[in-house]
Amino acid sequence: MNRRDALARVAVLMGGTVIGAEFFLTGCSSPAGTSEKAGETAATKFALSPAQMSLLDEVGETILPTTKTPGAKAAKVGAFMNVMVRDCYKPADQQVFLTGLTKLDEASQKQVGKAFMAADPAQRMAVLTKLDTEQKEFTKNQRKDDPGHYFRMMKELTLLGYFTSEVGATQALRYIPVPGRYDGNVPYKKGDRAWATS
Amino acid sequence: MDKNTYDAIVIGSGISGGWAAKELTEKGLKTIMLERGRNIEHVKDYVNANAAPWELPHRGGRTQQMIADYPVLGRDYTLNETNLSYWVNEKESPYVEKKPYDWFRGYHIGGRSLMWGRQSYRLSDYDFEANLKDGIAVDWPIRYADLAPWYSHVEKFAGISGNRDGLPQLPDGDFMPPMNMNVVEKDVAARIKKNYEHRHMVIGRTANITLPHHNRVNCQYRNKCWLGCPFGAYFSTQSATLPAAVATGNLTVRPFSIVTKILYDKDTKRAKGVEVLDAETNQTYEYYAKVVFLNASALNSAWVLMNSATDVWPEGLGSSSGELGHNVMDHHFRAGAHGDAEGYDDKYVYGRRANGIYVPRYRNLFGDKRDYIRGFGYQGSAGREGWSREIPEMSIGGEFKDALTEPGKWTMGLTGFGETLPYHDNQITLDKTKKDKWGLPVLAMDVHIRDNEQKMRIDMMNDAQEMLEKAGLKNVKTYNNGYNPGGGIHEMGTARMGRDPKTSVLNAHNQVWDAPNVYVTDGAAMTSAACQNPSLTYMALTARAVDHAVSELKKQNI
Repeated sequence: MNRRDALARVAVLMGGTVIGAEFFLTGCSSPAGTSEKAGETAATKFALSPAQMSLLDEVGETILPTTKTPGAKAAKVGAFMNVMVRDCYKPADQQVFLTGLTKLDEASQKQVGKAFMAADPAQRMAVLTKLDTEQKEFTKNQRKDDPGHYFRMMKELTLLGYFTSEVGATQALRYIPVPGRYDGNVPYKKGDRAWATS
Repeated sequence: MDKNTYDAIVIGSGISGGWAAKELTEKGLKTIMLERGRNIEHVKDYVNANAAPWELPHRGGRTQQMIADYPVLGRDYTLNETNLSYWVNEKESPYVEKKPYDWFRGYHIGGRSLMWGRQSYRLSDYDFEANLKDGIAVDWPIRYADLAPWYSHVEKFAGISGNRDGLPQLPDGDFMPPMNMNVVEKDVAARIKKNYEHRHMVIGRTANITLPHHNRVNCQYRNKCWLGCPFGAYFSTQSATLPAAVATGNLTVRPFSIVTKILYDKDTKRAKGVEVLDAETNQTYEYYAKVVFLNASALNSAWVLMNSATDVWPEGLGSSSGELGHNVMDHHFRAGAHGDAEGYDDKYVYGRRANGIYVPRYRNLFGDKRDYIRGFGYQGSAGREGWSREIPEMSIGGEFKDALTEPGKWTMGLTGFGETLPYHDNQITLDKTKKDKWGLPVLAMDVHIRDNEQKMRIDMMNDAQEMLEKAGLKNVKTYNNGYNPGGGIHEMGTARMGRDPKTSVLNAHNQVWDAPNVYVTDGAAMTSAACQNPSLTYMALTARAVDHAVSELKKQNI
């Protein structure tokens, strides 16, 4: 990323910034002299269990399933979420994320009568589609600095984890480490894959 | 020769320090370059230069630990996982913000030449004459004609790619072939040309080489410059000036060397050398030379002067003018507009161009008159959105995923970079109550932008909107994301050049009036800021000053 890209075309994820992570340039500066205290203890304490990471792999796979290219599970998004939430989220957001794992199962129970892992792909799709509607509504009314919605976190991290993974960047997208030249006018036809990095 | 005695000392190893070292050594002077930080070896130490996105545990983002450790760096795009080790350790090197001030520093060999934005523009006589015509601050002691041959000199060696656009406010240089605009930028540029007599959108002029040059490989369009380039395709101390200086056999480089003061000899009224604090051992050393080039970056060069010759001038060497540490300038930015370009769905790009477009200043020129003085330029680019975009009509699943694997709409943005005026009371001072890791006093910043800049920011938004709309873009929206002084990373003015020792720190050749064998040729020297990215001007001023210094040494004038 260079300065013009950063400023003129601010990198955003799903029309917003990554929850809690300040991952990309947010376009607002913190006031002078204030510094966030790191979640040092929270960071060392936070750890998802293998079962939770498996659940998140399946959540990710439902959001970005295997189509003609591998899905989010192949990119190990569950393990990726563990790292990101542990290191990049504020403690309050970590809590929302953790509680969200339980809420997601409760929503699944309520809607299809079984835990998410026990549900079939169509049922999982139905559960998460509803949660996505819920998070969009929630986010629309969210005030700045309010904690985010857990499903938005999961969706954002799935997208980020997948499209920046080797599987996502090289199979779902196109990645050329050394382009060697620049052409600002090449033909594009529907279905051609996007570049992984800009 | 005593082992601590050289012909010349260069303080700092960034863009201007590297140039000073190259020019001095090529003219035969035994030179020591003192750098306060560690060494970063070209290519070998560019740790993430070849990393794929998935090789970075947080994919380039920022952790809570980083946010806590780098509260200043975290105010902008600068805090990231990919080149974190190139930015100063804020805990070791604090400063005081009397008013909010963003100071983004690189303490290592190469300084910020490793991470710089590379945009390289000449100033014009509209800039050099501006203070005189407006009756503010002091007049530049030089004009474009004084610097033009030196711009050519540095452009030819550094390798600046650009187009010769024939614009009086942005003089053409000795360029390598330009990079190309993309299809949307070309059309927008053509429509701007049709709609406005004095507004032009040109390809950015950048210190990325487009042809092989001095054992450097031309730009490979990876757009990873700020990680350090394994091809040496952009100008940095490491890729360009340092190898040239080393090749002369006349250069000594000493990392971990914090220059605490210039040693001033009251009897000869000259500097005789510098005092160095070894950042690793805390030992103090003295180095001696006939001439000293101070290139520690604008604010730190002022800091060195403030700590020097305090037995003669309590406020430091160069303070007799009353201007040392004053007139802090930057470029204010983060205001502009962006919109959508429709009708290009069948077009895309190949390669990642580490450059954008540039709209040179047009305000308060060619008969235009606004309710503020000076003006701004725009930087920007057009491109297609990627996977991080919102697709409002879609939720989750296979169709959503496949849609995100295709590029989104074309968008284009413009960001203004505005001139800030040299206000005497925009000032930095030594705060002796607060110390850095080495027990040295730190700088306190008291800088803010005023009415002139605020009025300009309104134009920076509205003009961008108008130009983009007239060029056919849709959903054009303005933005003003706020600005802290320093955020432009173009610090200038703290030891300005002038015609009179009573009102300036440096003369027309960048010599400190009170110690003519001390030359300051970084951003500190700037008498006004103009609105162009300033580094190329520091390079030219440095090369010109070295030529002067060597000539004066021969004549035994210094």
